[in-house]
Amino acid sequence: MTVTGLSPHTHELSAGVFVVGGGPAAAWAAYKAAQAGADVVLADKGYCGTSGATAAAGTGVWYVPPHPAEREKAMAGREALGGYLADRRWMARVLDQTYEGVNELADTGRYPFPPDGAGGQLRRGVQGPEYMRRMRILLRRAGVRILDHSPVVELLVDADGAVAGAAGYQRRHDRPYRVSAGAVVLATGGCAFLSRALGCDVNTGDGALMAAEAGAELSGMEFSNAYALAPEFSSVTKTAYYSFATFYHEDGTVLEGAGSQKGRSVIARTLLTEKVYCRIDRADADAQRAMRLAQANFFLPFDRMGIDPFTQRFPVTLLLEGTVRGTGGIRITGDDCATSVPGLYVAGDAATRELICGGFTGGGSHNAAWAISSGTWAGRGAARHAASLGPLTARRRVSALGGAGLRPTGKPGRPGAAREVVAAVQAEVLPYEKNLLRHEDRLAPALAGLHSTWSGLRASLYGGDGAEVVATRQAAALAAHGRWMYTAALARQETRGMHKREDRPGADPSSRRRLLVSGLDEIQVRPDPVAPVGPQEYAGLRAAS
Amino acid sequence: MIEIVSQERCIGCDRCVEVCPTSVFDTGPGGIPVIARVQDCQTCFMCEAYCPVDALFVAPQAEPVEPGSPLRDEAYVTAAGLLGGYRKKIGWGRGRTPGALRAVGPDLPRPTPAPPRKEHR
Ligand SMILES: Cc1cc2nc3c(=O)[nH]c(=O)nc-3n(C[C@H](O)[C@H](O)[C@H](O)COP(=O)(O)OP(=O)(O)OC[C@H]3O[C@@H](n4cnc5c(N)ncnc54)[C@H](O)[C@@H]3O)c2cc1C
Ligand code: SF4
Ligand code: SF4
Repeated sequence: MTVTGLSPHTHELSAGVFVVGGGPAAAWAAYKAAQAGADVVLADKGYCGTSGATAAAGTGVWYVPPHPAEREKAMAGREALGGYLADRRWMARVLDQTYEGVNELADTGRYPFPPDGAGGQLRRGVQGPEYMRRMRILLRRAGVRILDHSPVVELLVDADGAVAGAAGYQRRHDRPYRVSAGAVVLATGGCAFLSRALGCDVNTGDGALMAAEAGAELSGMEFSNAYALAPEFSSVTKTAYYSFATFYHEDGTVLEGAGSQKGRSVIARTLLTEKVYCRIDRADADAQRAMRLAQANFFLPFDRMGIDPFTQRFPVTLLLEGTVRGTGGIRITGDDCATSVPGLYVAGDAATRELICGGFTGGGSHNAAWAISSGTWAGRGAARHAASLGPLTARRRVSALGGAGLRPTGKPGRPGAAREVVAAVQAEVLPYEKNLLRHEDRLAPALAGLHSTWSGLRASLYGGDGAEVVATRQAAALAAHGRWMYTAALARQETRGMHKREDRPGADPSSRRRLLVSGLDEIQVRPDPVAPVGPQEYAGLRAAS
Repeated sequence: MIEIVSQERCIGCDRCVEVCPTSVFDTGPGGIPVIARVQDCQTCFMCEAYCPVDALFVAPQAEPVEPGSPLRDEAYVTAAGLLGGYRKKIGWGRGRTPGALRAVGPDLPRPTPAPPRKEHR
């Protein structure tokens, strides 16, 4: 590869497929690309095995045996909640692929799923540390080269605009690096705006920023306002067991209408003016025991603070998880998780999950299934693409695409400015009254604020040639996400899925379309020309074939 | 946030330095890692899970605990069984049963069903 403008100490590698990220989506992509014969490099911002939402949190998985009635029920489950924006053809594919993948994790990966008492195993959930430790072992066995503590900051493209690698910074070696590759898979997770939600501070939306710079579109960015419950002082946004909870005012009276699944808005609205308390008081002794075994990390804050959550009330908060448990992300244009940019594939939370979740959260089961399935398809698709290029890959002249935070358009600013950018973005995206309880009167000024933050940072935010570049790129990615999110939120003039507009209650049947946003300095928004395949359309398709 | 690296228990294996996703530790003089960037700690408990000798303690607070807090006191945390406690809970380490093998949760109560929606497709 011929590269221009390389600093002399840049570490250079080449690969058939370069996978960016180190969570389940990246791991499945790298594993499947290697199985397909590609020479694979995987680079993670942190450590592949502990980094990202799954490793820290653990997940329920949308694992449904292939019985027609069960599959039908599974697909129908969240369709209404998602505002009928999901696509049944994709749901069916994901259910098939997830079933196969989880079985492989059990059989080849030797993940110790609990026995089901009838000679089989219960495979509907995974503990994060165990799952990701096993995935790392699988990668090692498959010959994947893993680079830990090596955040990627920008994509490289060839003269035709096809993605030809990516570049980043190796923290432990204190040096920039580049990987030239036939294809790149972005599996960098979602964007949780550095809100301290469990395991999510590495998820700053870097992949979407890089993809947008290459010209890819995003989809579902209005559905990026997932807020998760956590004990007030903590990071532990494990939410399943709050379905056994009752919520209270400070004086001990019940907070009517509050709940975990439905009724988070009530909690948010109350939190604007007073504290909200919680007690997990609707679980019997058996359920309590089972909870402790299933989700040890849920109890860490309580046990360490000396609180008995079953008998004592504790204050709760809502932390923004953005696109991690929201559904927005990079738009997919093919069954192999390709994007509109040649050579660029996406998987996991970096990609839109509207295809299987519509506008409702993918947390609880769908997201984990999506990471496995989309990772598998993206890995194979990237391997196929890389193979099709043949020896041509090595001779490509590449240029680097990174803009904001890397190559300011004006005079480079002083170091340390990334922190101020992050604070400015957080001030617009974290408050419940702006992002969760949405209204044009609050969205529009928030968006204007974010636009001005963007123009400022685009002109001057600069990370130099050291590790600071990681922070400046993260800050730029957060700002871009905020703007995409609110642009789409203003464009969707109705209430649908998790996007709830106080000024536009109710769904508008003519708006049953996914929304695409694109661009950085100028942001465009348009309805997706591809219509969702809902239950009726799917039945029609099946009848026709 | 990460609060305690037990000087007594630590064997200087550098595992925590390697696995912390946000690079909070540096290798220290004498092999014992130092908490170099506490403000980057995301309170994910992963270092505690990986330390082979249960030498780490992560307080559940997303901000550093106040100076007098017992969660900074190694003697208290050790006596309460919390030092390296997460590793124990997930059943990692010699002679322990992987927590994953016993991770069977309760059936969750169903939320009250949503009123039927008009826009059915
Ligand atoms: C508390 C919590 C509980 C959840 N529970 C469930 C559940 O029960 N069921 C369910 O389906 N889903 C659940 N989810 C969602 C689920 O965890 C995610 O959908 C899943 O982790 C997505 O996998 P991923 O690989 O795309 O991203 P992640 O697991 O978040 O991994 C992203 C990876 O990308 C790396 N990365 C980021 N930026 C860069 C960069 N610039 N360069 C290199 N690497 C980078 C990160 O270090 C990280 O390793 C939960 C999420 C949370 C936060
Ligand atoms: S809790 Fe997580 S982020 Fe904090 S030091 Fe340990 S591994 Fe690092
Ligand atoms: S993992 Fe534990 S034993 Fe190893 S260096 Fe860290 S604290 Fe010490």
